[in-house]
Amino acid sequence: MIVPIWIIFASSTHSNSVIQSDGMQWFMGDQFIKNYDQVLNKKGGFSEEVTATKLFLNSFIMAIGIATLTIITSLMAAYTIVYFRFKFAVPLFWAIFITLLVPLELRIMPSYQIVSDLHLINTYTGLILPLSASAIATFFFRQFYLSIPDELLEAAKLDGANSWKFFIDFLLPLSKTMMAAMFIFMFVYGYNQYLWPIIMTTSEKYWTVIMGMKIIFMANTVERFAYIILSMMPPVFIIIFLQRWFIQGLFQSK
Amino acid sequence: MKKVQFNSYFTQYFFVAPQLIIILIFLYLPIVQTFTDAFTIQDPFGFGRYFAGFDNFTFVLSDPAYLTALRFTLIFIFVITFFSCSIGLLLAVQANNVIHGKSAYKTLLIWPYAIAPAVVGVTANYFFSERLGLLYSFFHNLWGFDWYDNVHDAYIYVFIAASWKQISANFIFFLAGLQNIQKSIIEASVIDCKSSFRRFWTITFPLLMPTTFFLIIINITYAFFDTLGIIDTTTIGAPSGETKTLVFKAYIDGFRGLDLGSAGAQSIIMMLIVLVITVFQFRFIEGRIHYN
Repeated sequence: MIVPIWIIFASSTHSNSVIQSDGMQWFMGDQFIKNYDQVLNKKGGFSEEVTATKLFLNSFIMAIGIATLTIITSLMAAYTIVYFRFKFAVPLFWAIFITLLVPLELRIMPSYQIVSDLHLINTYTGLILPLSASAIATFFFRQFYLSIPDELLEAAKLDGANSWKFFIDFLLPLSKTMMAAMFIFMFVYGYNQYLWPIIMTTSEKYWTVIMGMKIIFMANTVERFAYIILSMMPPVFIIIFLQRWFIQGLFQSK
Repeated sequence: MKKVQFNSYFTQYFFVAPQLIIILIFLYLPIVQTFTDAFTIQDPFGFGRYFAGFDNFTFVLSDPAYLTALRFTLIFIFVITFFSCSIGLLLAVQANNVIHGKSAYKTLLIWPYAIAPAVVGVTANYFFSERLGLLYSFFHNLWGFDWYDNVHDAYIYVFIAASWKQISANFIFFLAGLQNIQKSIIEASVIDCKSSFRRFWTITFPLLMPTTFFLIIINITYAFFDTLGIIDTTTIGAPSGETKTLVFKAYIDGFRGLDLGSAGAQSIIMMLIVLVITVFQFRFIEGRIHYN
């Protein structure tokens, strides 16, 4: 699994002429600092004004925005679905879950239309909101709430907790692992978005790292190799260091 | 649903409102628009549109290029699901047997899950480029591999690019599934049967069935939607449109061709396909909860 990435990494530490004359390299060269510094700080793009560092910043804003917004709205929506008795509960449940059928790829043209009507082209809001319209997290939180014993609510009610108090003092602390797992999941999802930023952003100020892949951002081959390696770092590190919470949240949250 | 619940006139709406508003604006509105697009034809100069019934659908479904994309998508889904599931399972069984250094082994396999399809595509691009590509020259020496011209070679290229990342996702889920199997069952089976191969097929594998089903669905959705970034950074449909998936084609027709009617009709056809998959998935996940 790791071999292709290693070759790209090793090749990214050579000088461009080595790659051009001898092909890809299996062992590291001596140009590591120079190449990576070049990639992060050289101004590129059509206007020659944005750096890769700026793209990273945009990607983080987008990914954290999507993850936070989705978790907050999903936690709340799942709470309504599981813990309230009212006549619209069932239609509401379906209205939310039917959305699992329609990923962004299927509604991309009209979504673009709506976002541009709302004047959100080239804004962070426009990057974040349409991708937060997702019921996957709601689904997981619902499953999690359903696995909490009924006795908890009974006991809380005996103690005089109302719906707000129960949500804040009981459910939120219990959901921590699940929230962490969902945050990792949504962060990776948001960071890795490709199509939506391409369509949404006409200004280089809002380019993200992943869409920068396609648009030729770096001039020479070694710099593109370094860019590839850098672009996969944030989600990969998050998964490696937080895998325990991720796996716990998704599989053993009971 | 819960036996004990809250009764309230107002609070429940407050809690559901944020998600509902986002979904209404960014999901239901676009869906309505998709249907409008699919059943109307827009004047080429943008002066109004007229109702066209199923014209867009017949146009799409009788287009040979669309049928090629449909056929490719089906093959693509099948190959990716089959190979990445079986390799993922194999690695998970191995990881589960490793006693020392389990977490190192796990970490080594888990991270490709987090890499974006587009990044995988660009990486694969270098390995299959004519000038620098190691895999290109390797295959080229074997049988004259050339994905720029040969359809089957182009298939191989996108299959490898798209499966690579998915193996690790399957690995995580299979490993979790294996660790959920009770130790006592495995111990009992060791007493009954010596051959570890037979033990796997008669005891472990049937116990993994829920995981397997779930993963098949996950892989189908991956191959269907998420591979757009891979196609767009590898072959872009080369040699001549044979490696376009349905999602990729809808995107190209809509955004590059600006044919809203056709793109809308394609979206609705895909929604129907996803509907079938999701109904299956939903019933299965609901069933799994009872199972556990």
